[in-house]
Amino acid sequence: MTEFTSDEMMTIAAARALSNSDVCFVGIGAPSAACNVARLSHAPDITLIYESGTIGTAPEVLPLSIGDGILCDTAVTTVPVPEMFRYWLQGGRITIGFLGAAQIDRFGNINTTVIGDYHHPKTRLPGGGGAPEIASSCGEVFITLKQSLRSMVKKIDFYTSFGHGDGGDHRQRLGIETKGPTLLVTDLAIWRPDPETKEFTVTSLHPGVTREKVQETCGWTVRYAENLEETPPPTKTELEILRDLKARTEKAHGGSKKQGEAA
Amino acid sequence: MAKFIPLSQAVAENLHAGDTAAFEGFTHLIPHAAAHEAIRQNIGDLTLIRMTPDVIYDQMIGMGLVKKVIFSYAGNPGVGLLRRLRDAVENGWPNRIEIEEHSHAAMANAYEAGAAGLPCAIFRGYKGAGLKEVNPNIRSITCPFTGEELAAVPSVRPDVSFIHAQKADRKGNVLIEGIVGIQKEAVLAAKRAVVTVEEVVDSLDAHPNACVLPNWTVTAISVVRGGAHPSYAHGYYERDNASYLEWDRIAADRETFLAWMKENVLDASPEVFADRIKGLEAA
Repeated sequence: MTEFTSDEMMTIAAARALSNSDVCFVGIGAPSAACNVARLSHAPDITLIYESGTIGTAPEVLPLSIGDGILCDTAVTTVPVPEMFRYWLQGGRITIGFLGAAQIDRFGNINTTVIGDYHHPKTRLPGGGGAPEIASSCGEVFITLKQSLRSMVKKIDFYTSFGHGDGGDHRQRLGIETKGPTLLVTDLAIWRPDPETKEFTVTSLHPGVTREKVQETCGWTVRYAENLEETPPPTKTELEILRDLKARTEKAHGGSKKQGEAA
Repeated sequence: MAKFIPLSQAVAENLHAGDTAAFEGFTHLIPHAAAHEAIRQNIGDLTLIRMTPDVIYDQMIGMGLVKKVIFSYAGNPGVGLLRRLRDAVENGWPNRIEIEEHSHAAMANAYEAGAAGLPCAIFRGYKGAGLKEVNPNIRSITCPFTGEELAAVPSVRPDVSFIHAQKADRKGNVLIEGIVGIQKEAVLAAKRAVVTVEEVVDSLDAHPNACVLPNWTVTAISVVRGGAHPSYAHGYYERDNASYLEWDRIAADRETFLAWMKENVLDASPEVFADRIKGLEAA
């Protein structure tokens, strides 16, 4: 078996969840890497959308921001931001919203706004951006983040984006018709919501990961699916695609502008 | 009707202490030169509007020119947090600022409503979101036809909007290309609009559906080559990612920040931007 890191496993496991027919609203960071690995491997026709208005984009390297020029250069079309949010997101055209998170709870509620009290924050984070409506308007939501006691918490400090609220049918009670979070991919495991309670439950451990390790890096008591699986390790091809993408990205963004190459 | 004037004059004539102002740009075409001119002229007590306040609002806040920010994502794109904004929100340095926080969908709708001359924007949003609890300007309205409860926010109607664009023709018609963001709405929603451009050309040579702002929608145009740096101008120069990373270090410390601002903004002029894009220009 080829050696791989837990970060690589996370990105590849997340990429596998995407299909060729998906229309995916891509968050920056970990989701962006996963979505582009999917596009460069098993889902060449996946439609990737970034909130800057780029629809059907196919960047050669990972963008540093949601509005890098390469997203526009390689897009099928680039629309104004109000159109993005009104026609495409609110209009129900997007099947999957792929988000990262600073803090998440066991029901997939996400905080990227503040640590501490909103009016007197301990740490003021950037805020929600597009996430509140991505979470409610996309057909379903995938989330990816690295596990830690800081990021996977019993109670989030602020409900930036609504997942399953207090669980159960909380979404329906608020009049939200979309599925909400259906998948959480971390560096250690794959989690899916329990059909009834909607609490994220580990359905697959990545190779070599123990239950103890999952619990040590999670702030709530972890529950496991009855038929717990092991995530297939990254294939040689998957790893090559991811590493090539990262190397191209590093070359394009790294170093000073003197080293920069015109696209 | 747009008049061509130097940036210092355009800012002095169109931005006044106490104004509500938008310096818009969605990662692309951010009007850095215009914001730096506003800082040099020390025009304060501002309410700043922007979907994605980034380095320029961090700079204006750190220089004490801002009393309130209306926004939906306050971060250094691809890098992290805004350290001067954080210092103001968390510690009140150099002054406390008021924040009115929205989602992107709300801000985009609010700009569009402003451009459309409406008092408010209506959309499906904020369901289950915590911002509803902390921002009294997020309200709801019932659809008179279906009974659906929808979110409502006030429209955005700045006293003045500043944007950067690729080019203007000699009559002052402005062309924006690439990621067009919210700039057209920001201009049409505002009482006054100032546009900095890379260059002035005989003909815009634009296709029929291009994003063009006719000259009678723009108050003033100033030519500032490189005026979006370290942001980028599609077709002219690339984003200077290293500068965004560097900003994180500069903004982390108050003294470093003030020294940088003196050297690179207060003691500089719009002409320095042309130098800053050297090595980033499109082949």
